[in-house]
Amino acid sequence: MITKEEVVKIAKLARLELTEEEIKKMQKDLSSILDYFELLKKAGRHPTSIQLDRRRVSNQLRKDEVMPQKGEVIEKIIQAFPDKKDDYIRVKPIL
Amino acid sequence: MDLTTLTIKQAHEGLKDKEFASVDLTKAYLEKIKKSDLNSFLSVTEDLAIAQAEEADIKIKSGEFGMLCGIPYAVKDAILVEGEKCTAASKILENYVAPYDATVIKKLKNQGTVILGKTNLDEFTMGASGENSAFGVTKNPHDKTRVAGGSSSGSAACVSANEAGFSLGSDTGGSIRQPASFCGVVGLCPTYGAVSRYGLIAHASSFDQIGPFGKNIEDVRTVFKVISGKDKMDATTAEYKFEESNAKLKGLKIGVPKEYFAKGLDKEVEKIIRVAIKKAENEGAKIVEISLPTTEYALACYYILVPSEASANLARFDGIKYGHSEIRNPKSEIRNLLSVYLKSRGKGLGIEPKRRIMVGTYCLSSGYYDAYYKKAQEVRQLIREDFKKSFEKVDLLFCPVSPFPAFKIGEKTDDPLSMYLSDIYTVAVKLAGLPGLSLPAGKIGDLPVGLQIIGNHFEENKILSIASELEKVI
Repeated sequence: MITKEEVVKIAKLARLELTEEEIKKMQKDLSSILDYFELLKKAGRHPTSIQLDRRRVSNQLRKDEVMPQKGEVIEKIIQAFPDKKDDYIRVKPIL
Repeated sequence: MDLTTLTIKQAHEGLKDKEFASVDLTKAYLEKIKKSDLNSFLSVTEDLAIAQAEEADIKIKSGEFGMLCGIPYAVKDAILVEGEKCTAASKILENYVAPYDATVIKKLKNQGTVILGKTNLDEFTMGASGENSAFGVTKNPHDKTRVAGGSSSGSAACVSANEAGFSLGSDTGGSIRQPASFCGVVGLCPTYGAVSRYGLIAHASSFDQIGPFGKNIEDVRTVFKVISGKDKMDATTAEYKFEESNAKLKGLKIGVPKEYFAKGLDKEVEKIIRVAIKKAENEGAKIVEISLPTTEYALACYYILVPSEASANLARFDGIKYGHSEIRNPKSEIRNLLSVYLKSRGKGLGIEPKRRIMVGTYCLSSGYYDAYYKKAQEVRQLIREDFKKSFEKVDLLFCPVSPFPAFKIGEKTDDPLSMYLSDIYTVAVKLAGLPGLSLPAGKIGDLPVGLQIIGNHFEENKILSIASELEKVI
């Protein structure tokens, strides 16, 4: 069973404010879910798994450049800002 | 004539022969949606639909138009349609309006299709019943006391209830195939990389795929052909072009994984699936029992990797750039940047996304990463190898989609783990990035049961050819 303190700590790392009730529920749910994950301990390991991955996966790179965007799309994105000054996002101070 | 019962091909013929116009077809669907009590739609885009139908009718008059021109369809509310709301069934995006079209929508618009509205889903596509929607559960058209499955609940239900000609959904762990099975329609989850994910609200980026729901195999094939292919906006898409396959049941080798018929499978479901397999055999297919020994690990592996990816993807909903924010709520006591994040996410996200973000954050956190995330990645590799080996022996795999038919609304909401177990036959396919299809195979009373047909990477054509042959005899 994971502790209440652990739940609170993970919630903060995850940037989630949880109610007392949610914390209780998370403690119960996360414990049973994490217990279920114990099953994987039995699973073996593919001897060449890393190599296989390297052969298959290749990075798709593109130039680091600004792609032109329609003015109306930019306008819509700015409209969606919850708080703004002119065309800039306004945020609260960090501290 | 009830226009809403027509398949894409039948509707296309009717449009060609001037029996009716796209506007008539569109209005017939809109009427149906208005009368519906299934809650399959979160928003109906009536103005857009009529405008697109009128445009399609002009194209049709000119004589040059494709199979999908003038055909009305519905879109899962996790896929962006420019100028329309896209909520992902979450309070945090309740008033979010999409600034651009997803690639699949762009492709379908180019064909002259008609968008009827945005369909209900589990919040952020997380769920197997539709009950995690912040805007109410979608009811199963075959029994309104039961769920339609999830997460693409509305997209499956609306096609089943003739509220749309076809629809788009997305599948991360079973979210197309399982609701298709529960609602008795065809649903295809394509190979990872076959369809662009650009404009799909991300859940788990190494799993998510957009795919079609249709009344039959031919409709699904028609839509898949249009939406698939390389997209420069999604680096994970492959150079892929759909080509017809001449695969036939006669001489086909069908693998039946024994682990998919083990304890936990409803006896009635098993009977229907076995009968379907028998029918394939009667048509000349060779049935081979195979083993996928890593099956027992698939669900645990999936529920580590997917929440891990989700916890990163959902970090973008922070109350700063778009969506619900507590920044200007005087009651919220916002002191600094951190409290904007905490409170906006705390208020805006539902319990299932929160649970998955918590699980993902835990699995990725220092000290636990090796035991959970890294281990699960290794197991994912084993699961891929299992499938790879079986496709050296057989052409396709046949198995159930879900261990049980549609369950009662509320039956599993208190126990997340038992809800996760609904995905037991659909997640492994996604861990391996394979395509899978749900084909209606029979009914238990009123409740449909789907047969799952799994193919090798980019062999949707083979799945569809075989399924369309089987569709006629099942």
